[in-house]
Formats: sequence, C-alpha cells, structure tokens
Amino acid sequence: MSAPTVRRSDLRFRIGLNLRAVLGRAYPRVIGANREPSWIIFEGILPLLGIAAYVFIYQSFGTAALANAADPAAVAQVLANTNALVASVVLGGTMVAFWLNVLWSMASQLYWEKEIGNLQLYMMAPMNRMALLGGMAIGGMFMTSVRAIATLVAGVVVFGVVFQIVDLWLLLAVFFVTLTALYGLGMMFASLYLLWGREAWNLSALMEEPIFFSSGFYFPMGGLFRIPGWGSAVAIAGSIIPAGLGLDAMRQLTLGPTAFGGQLWVFSVPVELELLVLLAVVFLILARYCLAYLETLAKREGKLTSRHQ
Amino acid sequence: MNTYWSTFKTAAWLGWEMDSNWTEPWLFLVYSVIKPVAGAFILVLMYFVFTKVGNVQSQALFDFMYVGNAFFIFVGTTLFGTFQVIQSDREWYQTIRYVYMSPISFYVYILGRASSKIAVATFAVAITLIFGVLSLNVHLGLSLDAVPLLIGSLALGLFVLLAIGVTLAGCTFLMARHTQGLAEAIPGLFYVFCGVLFPLSILPGWIQPVGRAIPLTYWFDITRRLLLAGTPLDTGLAGYGDAQIMGLLLVSSVVFFLLSLGVFRLGEHLARKAGKIDMLTSY
Repeated sequence: MSAPTVRRSDLRFRIGLNLRAVLGRAYPRVIGANREPSWIIFEGILPLLGIAAYVFIYQSFGTAALANAADPAAVAQVLANTNALVASVVLGGTMVAFWLNVLWSMASQLYWEKEIGNLQLYMMAPMNRMALLGGMAIGGMFMTSVRAIATLVAGVVVFGVVFQIVDLWLLLAVFFVTLTALYGLGMMFASLYLLWGREAWNLSALMEEPIFFSSGFYFPMGGLFRIPGWGSAVAIAGSIIPAGLGLDAMRQLTLGPTAFGGQLWVFSVPVELELLVLLAVVFLILARYCLAYLETLAKREGKLTSRHQ
Repeated sequence: MNTYWSTFKTAAWLGWEMDSNWTEPWLFLVYSVIKPVAGAFILVLMYFVFTKVGNVQSQALFDFMYVGNAFFIFVGTTLFGTFQVIQSDREWYQTIRYVYMSPISFYVYILGRASSKIAVATFAVAITLIFGVLSLNVHLGLSLDAVPLLIGSLALGLFVLLAIGVTLAGCTFLMARHTQGLAEAIPGLFYVFCGVLFPLSILPGWIQPVGRAIPLTYWFDITRRLLLAGTPLDTGLAGYGDAQIMGLLLVSSVVFFLLSLGVFRLGEHLARKAGKIDMLTSY
C-alpha cells in the first residue's frame, strides 16, 4: 500500500487531527460571523435593551423606596441595594448571552446541520465528534464573549454599576468552570436534540424564560429559597443549569459576600465552585455517551439524515 | 378579495399546524403557557427580592408591571410570528421559492402565518392575567363600559404590531440567519422605551421623547388605564385623554401600515435584484 493510503491511527496523528477539527469548526463561527457584520448589532447592541428594561425596573423600585427613606443611612442602604440588584441584572445579562448561545448554537446545532445537509459530512469525517462539538463551543464562546463584554461595559458606563471584586483569580476560575459546564450541557443536548427531532426547537424556546427564572438570571437565586414551599424546589431544579450556581458565585465575588445583608446567597463560593466542577465533569461525560449512542443509532437505523423529522 | 381571504385562511391554518403539530394538544397548551408565566414570575421574584432587602412594598407598581408584562406577550409573539416567516421558509423549510412563485399576495401570506401565533398569545395573556388576579393579588378593575374601548385599543395595538412585523419582514429578505437575534432585540427595544414595566417617567429625560414617539407606548398606557382604573402612579402620559390616545393609535396604525407596504416592497425588490430570495446562510 502506498504511504498516502495507509490509515494512520497513532496517538500523535489522532491528537493533531482532532485539534484541526476543533479549529476547523471554530473557524466559521468566528470568521463567518465577521463576514456578516450585522451580527454586531443583533448580538452585541440590541440585546442590551432587554437588560436595560430589567435595570430600569430595579431603578423604579429604588425610586419608590427612596421616597420613603427618611434618614441618610436609609437612603444609603436603598442606593446600595439598588446598585447590587442592578449589578445582578448586568451579570445575569452576560450569562444570558452564553445560555442563548448554548441553546441556539450548540444544542440545536446538530439538528440544524441535519436540516441543511451537513450532518452526513460530519458523520463520515474521520475526527472524533467531540472535537466537532468542542470547536463549536470554542467558536461560540468567542462570539458570545463580545456580547457579554458589551453588557458588562454598558452596566458600568451607562448604568453606573459599581463592582467590588473580592478575588479576581477565583472569579476567573468560577467563570471558566461555569462556561465549561454550560457548554458541556450544550454538547450533551446537541445529541439529544438530534434524537428528539422537531421538538428540539420548541424545547430550546421553552428553556429561555423558565430557566431565566429558575436559575436566577435577573435576581439573586437565594431569593427563590426564601419563598416557602415551591421556591426551594424550583431553585434546586434551576441549579442543575450551571449558570445558576455560577452566577451566584460571581455575584458574591463582585458585590461582596455582605451584599443584600448576606441573606440571598445559596452556598459559599468554594462550595459552588466544587459543584460547578462536578457538573462540568458529569455533563462532558454524558455528552460523550450521548454522542456514542447517537452514532450507534445512526448506523443501525440509517435515518439520521432524514430531514424534518 | 377572495384570493386574499383564501390566502390568509390557508396561511393561518399552515401556521397553526407548523406551531402545534409537533406534539399532543395538551402539551402544546402547557408549552404555550409556561413561557409567559415564567416571564411573569421573573418579575414577581424581582419584586419579592426588592421588598425583602429594601423593606418597601408598592402594590400599584407591581400591578403596573404585571399587566404591562402580560400584554407584552402580544408584542414578542406577534412580531416574531410575522418577521420569522421569511427566514423560516427560506432557511429552515426551504420552501420559500414555491410559496413565493405561487399566485398569492406574499404580504397576506405573512399576516396569515402570524395570526395563529396571535391566537396562542391571546390565550397566554388571558392565563397570565387570571393567574395574577387569583394568585398574586393583582387588582384588575375593568368596568363594563370600558370593554368596547379595550377591544378597540387591542385591535389597533395588534394592527400596529403586525405592520411593524411586516416592515421587519421586509428587512429580513436581505438578512442572514439573524431571526433569533431580531426576536430578542426588537421586543427589547419596545420593552425599554414604551414604559412596559415601569412608568415612562423613570427613563432619563432624553429617552422619554423616544418612548412618546412609539405608538405602543400609548397602547400600553390606555390598556393599563382601563384595566387598572384608579392607579395612583404617574405614568408620564397623564396629560393625554382616552380619545386622544385612541386617535394617536389610529393615525399611527395607518402610518405604519403604509410604511410596512413600502419597506416590504423595497426589501423584496432588492432581494430579487441580488438573487437573495431563497439564499441559505449558515455558520
């Protein structure tokens, strides 16, 4: 057999192949998007308006509270609480960007690729499918970071939010572990969505507001635990989505543990970081299993590439 | 006229089937209700958290916010239901070339497709309001005399929304696959500027004129005036009488209808010229 036709399977070759696949799949997300500059408006600027609405709600509450504040200490307390809640919205807004990217550009992506006819090409290519999903995740994170940064900058510059970073390295650790867990969940969903067919799109739509609510995107998640009865159940369910615990930890690290009188935090930051690491590992392993199951099913039933099912 | 009506009916039926036939009817009903109710619950929790840490309660502010949010369901759903048609037919189902070539009004086809979403939104708004009254102590005070005015304002509000939606649809002829971004961004625009969740007076002074220039601001205001009769809040539009607001809504409906016709035709013309009617974009 001549050299080019020998099928190489050594570790070095496989690592190189998969790294190229990661880069190859991340590339169109970054470069392709930049060839269509209108995304900056849709992804970077306009979504800020939705977040601004939530900021103005807290400011309207704050205005009502200030009208009742009699002494300077009470005024200072209202202002501090309003700032902390607005900051919570801004941080939640950055995480909304990543969650929507996970839903619409990770979880739904394999289904979308099937619909437009690319999936069979992916299935035939020699790389590991995890490398494909990893490339999607890295490209998606890069694109979404622009929107997240725009949200943070708007929070500080436009809404005058004051952050007091307690521990920068811990904050970065929490942020990246949260993203890993989130995109791990997205990778797992990508396979499941493909199996679920047309319901997938509706499932993604269903996982917007209910998740924003149960994971405390726009308010400290501890508020749910303060509601007797159903509140704790909803919060525990919401904690399965890594954004909930990640946001709680990031809020503690950027607002200080004494914000809101320290009443509205779920766990301490180290405990939340441990839970997030656990979630990341579990989701990545489950993603691998789901993909393997998907490949088996593809070979067995041979209808994986049938569109509109 | 018969062709228009027949197109509208068929498109409405098609829209309904596309929206609902992926699951059982009961699951579709649950699905249609969970999203808006969860959206309302976000506001409930925001209010709850503020009352906990700020020791302040304002039922009037909560009612204002809750009713505004309930009616905002119409905005998100109607706009999305209208402007997503072109991109879903073009990129997802890849059927736009067949529909476009058929001897129908594409404008009416889009309105028909949107109408099924409006029907579902009406159900979701009703459920959200009933839930608010029964479980969250929202005080609705609609008098019988005000019902015709409420229906009239609702019809005009929906007409404006459809016109804005078709205007955007005209733009989507030329856009890449950004429907999801639009779906999030455009309602966000109205969410902030129209005083949906907070009185217009909360906005910085230089933004308030923007809100006053958008017809939906007046629709939300008159809806709340009728449903929350006697609310003590200053909404920033106290100087306008009911008749003035209805007049403004009527005029803006006509203006936006004409604008939608113009923008839709322009978008269509430019897309045909550039060969983009059935383009596929993906990354």
